[in-house]
Order: sequence, then C-alpha cells, then structure tokens
Amino acid sequence: MNILLILFASILTSNIALTYFLGMCPFVSISKNIQVASGMGMAVTMVMTLTAVANWLVNNYVLIPLGLGYMQFLVFIVTIAAIVQILEIVIDRFFPALYQSFGIFLPLITVNCAILGISLFMVLRSFGLLQTFFYGLGSGIGWFLAIITIGGIRKRLIFSKPPRRFGETGITAIIAGLMALAFIGFTGVASL
Amino acid sequence: MIMLRALLFANGFGLLIGLLIIFMDKVINNYGEVAITINHDKEIRGDGGKTLLRILFESKYFIPSACGGKGTCGYCKLKVVEGGGTALPTEALMLTRSEIREQYRLACQLKVKENLQVEIPPEYLEIQEYEGMFSLSEQITEDIKRVRMQLITPETISYKPGQYVQVRIPTDDGFDFRAYSMSSNPDEQNEIELNIKLIPAGIGSSYLHAKQVGDPVEFSGPYGDFYLKTHSDREIICVAGGVGLAPLKSIVAYWVSHNLSRPIYLFYGARSLKDLYNHDYFTGIAETKPQFHYFPALSDPAPDWDGTTGFIHTVLDRELSTGIHGEAYLCGPPIMIDAVMAVLESKGIPKESILYDKF
Repeated sequence: MNILLILFASILTSNIALTYFLGMCPFVSISKNIQVASGMGMAVTMVMTLTAVANWLVNNYVLIPLGLGYMQFLVFIVTIAAIVQILEIVIDRFFPALYQSFGIFLPLITVNCAILGISLFMVLRSFGLLQTFFYGLGSGIGWFLAIITIGGIRKRLIFSKPPRRFGETGITAIIAGLMALAFIGFTGVASL
Repeated sequence: MIMLRALLFANGFGLLIGLLIIFMDKVINNYGEVAITINHDKEIRGDGGKTLLRILFESKYFIPSACGGKGTCGYCKLKVVEGGGTALPTEALMLTRSEIREQYRLACQLKVKENLQVEIPPEYLEIQEYEGMFSLSEQITEDIKRVRMQLITPETISYKPGQYVQVRIPTDDGFDFRAYSMSSNPDEQNEIELNIKLIPAGIGSSYLHAKQVGDPVEFSGPYGDFYLKTHSDREIICVAGGVGLAPLKSIVAYWVSHNLSRPIYLFYGARSLKDLYNHDYFTGIAETKPQFHYFPALSDPAPDWDGTTGFIHTVLDRELSTGIHGEAYLCGPPIMIDAVMAVLESKGIPKESILYDKF
C-alpha cells in the first residue's frame, strides 16, 4: 500500500479517535483546554510513531523468528512503557521547552489504549517498516487533530445551553459522534 | 520446550529493558552538583535531578509539605528568584496567577537542573529537626493510636496549639515525611503527643502504629498557620471530625492551663461511641469549667447512645446562636469542612475568622 495513502487514511478516514474510538479517556478529559490538548496531542504523536516502529522491529526480528508471536500483547506493553520512560528522561534533559509543554503527559500515555492499538493494527495489516512509520505518524497526527478540534468546539459550548442532564461528558460524546460522521465523509477518498 | 523458550525470552527481555532504563537514568538524568542560594545569603549544594524540596530537606531546611511531595497540598510554595523556569501545568492548579507571575513554585515539583536563587520565609528557618523516643503508644479506638514522643536532642520544642510536625518515615529508597498535628499542650515542652489513624497500606501510619515504647524517632517542626490566635477576644469555636480532633485537643488543653476567659465551644463528630476518643477528658473539663461547651455527636451510634445523633454541621446549626462574636477552628475531612463553613457563614462569622485544616 502506498505510504502517502496510509498517511492520509490514518489521519482522516481511519482516524484512531473518531473511527475506532481508542484513546477516549484523555480525548474526553483533557480536551477542555486547547493548550493542554495540543500538548497531549504532540506527546501522543511522538510516542505513537516511536512505539509503532520499535514494536515492528521487536515483532519481526525477535518474536516471529522465535515463534513467540502469542506474546505480542505482553512484549508490546513493556516496549511502550520503556520507550515512554526513556523519552521522558531524554526530553527533560535536552529539550526543556518541549518538556515544559508536554512532559507531564508522557507517563499518562503509557496506558493509553490508542498507542497499543496502533502496534496491534500494524501487525494485523502486515505493514512493512516504512508503512508502519507513516501509519504511526499519521494516526498520531489524526488523534492530535481530533483532540484540538473537539477542544475548539467545547470552548464554544459555553455560549450554548445543552440539556443539563447530558453533563459535560455526555455532550462531549455526542460531539465526538457528530465529528466521526464528518470524518467518515472522507472514506470515498481513501481507506485502510 | 516452547514454554521454556517463552520464559527465557520474557526474563531476558525484561532484564534488558530494566538495565537500559537504569543506564539512561544514571547517565542522562544526572545533572551534576547544583548550588542553591537562600535569601541572597547562604549557599547550599545538592545533587541535580532531585526536587528542590528534597535538596532543601537534605541540607536541613524544612519546608512545610503535608502531602509528602505529590503536589496536592500546595504548602511548599517558595519564591524562586532566579533559575528553574516557569510553573509546570501540575503546579498551575495550586498557584494563583499573580503567584505564578511573581515566580512562586511548588518546591516538590521543581526538579533542580541549574543553580537557583530562592527565598525562604523567616518562619520556616525557625523549624528544627528533633530526635526523640516513643514514650507511649496506646490504642484508643479501633484504628487510632495515641503516641507520645519524648524529645532527646534538642530537649524542648516550643509551638503554638494547633501546629503540626513532620515525622521522618524510612522507605525502601531512603526516607519520606508525613505530617501529623500535635494534640498535646504546648506547655509541656519536652514531650509531644500525636493521634495516628491507621490507613491501610499508608506508609506513615503503618510505620508509626508498629513502633514500641523506647524506639527512636525523628521529626521536624513546628509547621502551619492553623493555631490559636491568642491576641483576640472572640469566642473560640472548635469543630472536629474523627481524628481531626488532635490539634483542637491541643487548643482546649492550652485554654484550660492558661485559664483563658474567652468562652470555648468544642463540636466533635465521630461515627460511633468507640470512635469518640478523649470523651471522658472533655466531659471532665465541662463539669468544672462553665465557659467550656462540649457537643459530641455521633453519625452512626449504637442503640444505647443517649447523646446527640447526626452530622456535626447540623448540631452546630442548632446550638450556635446567630451573630456570635466568634472565631472558628475546623479540622476534619474536606466534606465536613465545606458543610461546617457554610453553617458558620450563615451565623455571621466572617471568612477571615475561620481557620481550617482539611486532610
């Protein structure tokens, strides 16, 4: 599959947040403030790209040759946790400005299901290394796009009066549903 | 065979990742030695990469920190004049906008990577470290222990009724601190008393509950601006929930021994009679001192209880007259404090006359 097609599809038509509804906890809880949301979005993009590539390498050069494919879940989670840990140390040391903007979100991402989801999907779809890289990057950007878009919409909610019983989370879920409908409009262009 | 291979792989993989992280932590997370200038005067040195709070503690500068460095109590805020960058998003919740502009930081969240200049308020500099010995440890309710600590070096401590100390708790990787209010009368300067409620898996309370008479202990103090204002003529209203009684017992004991003429009220809420400790002590005072008004209330009493039943804020609402010229001292769980604050304000007590300690 063409890598540009993968990038485009993973950002828009197969958006990890809006078509698979993965990574919902931060998507709902952190999207109140656009600044915080973009910090989280950057962190997710970075971690998704790195972990997808790392897990592809581990899977293809270690797990499959050893016949241990069934240990994917366990091994992928350990790799993700280690990468997040190391990334936090490195960013804190060498990129203080980046750490200031999204450093504290890194530990939260370790247990984000969207990250693990990308690693599992890339195995299911039997992507190559380059394809995996663009799939991880595209999915990260897609999640980033989705969270800042919903953040922008939620900011305007103060001007409207949604039914009180919906609460903040309820109305956010409904907005996410409407956004998903809009994103599906791209399906004719490209899909995974 | 396949099991063995999986087992070997899992162990090897785990070991490799663990070693990698330890290596990165040692090499990259190592910021060398940093210098911290305090109040433009003294300079201390510490290992970079640790938090400011930790470095100050190691150099015997004691900063109040009730939550143990988690960034949730906001007590350890200090003005960082130079270095350290601006407040992290985790700190923004605890600091006001003007504090952030004036470069206040939470010492427990600020990881020191460069030389800093900080300002420490003079009252913190009076905080000392004490070595002592347990002189009493007794179970007073199902989960609360009364412990007394005799001071060895220095031999005396002077504090105000209501203040707290931070006890040093050894942990797997060094030590930690936990804050406890003193329930003793400040007049007895060579011994302090704490009431410790056992929290399952809590490191401080399990450590202190396991201690025997004669065991050594280290703590620092006194901390806190929750204490009896002695230059006031307002009536004293104390409201305690559960183990929150500790600092208020200290206030009552001080009131008794100094023969203060200001009337004092003690509203004390607990679940059942066996959770209502020091009950005899307070009823004893109430019998001899007409100015002392004692209102215990149980929220979930046994059938034989003939006293007041209900939550403490409803008792307060019933017993306290509107327009009372009083000042209030509250200590207990957040939900109790919020309910009691609302009642006190409806009685016309101004917000600035209400001191509270939520835990």
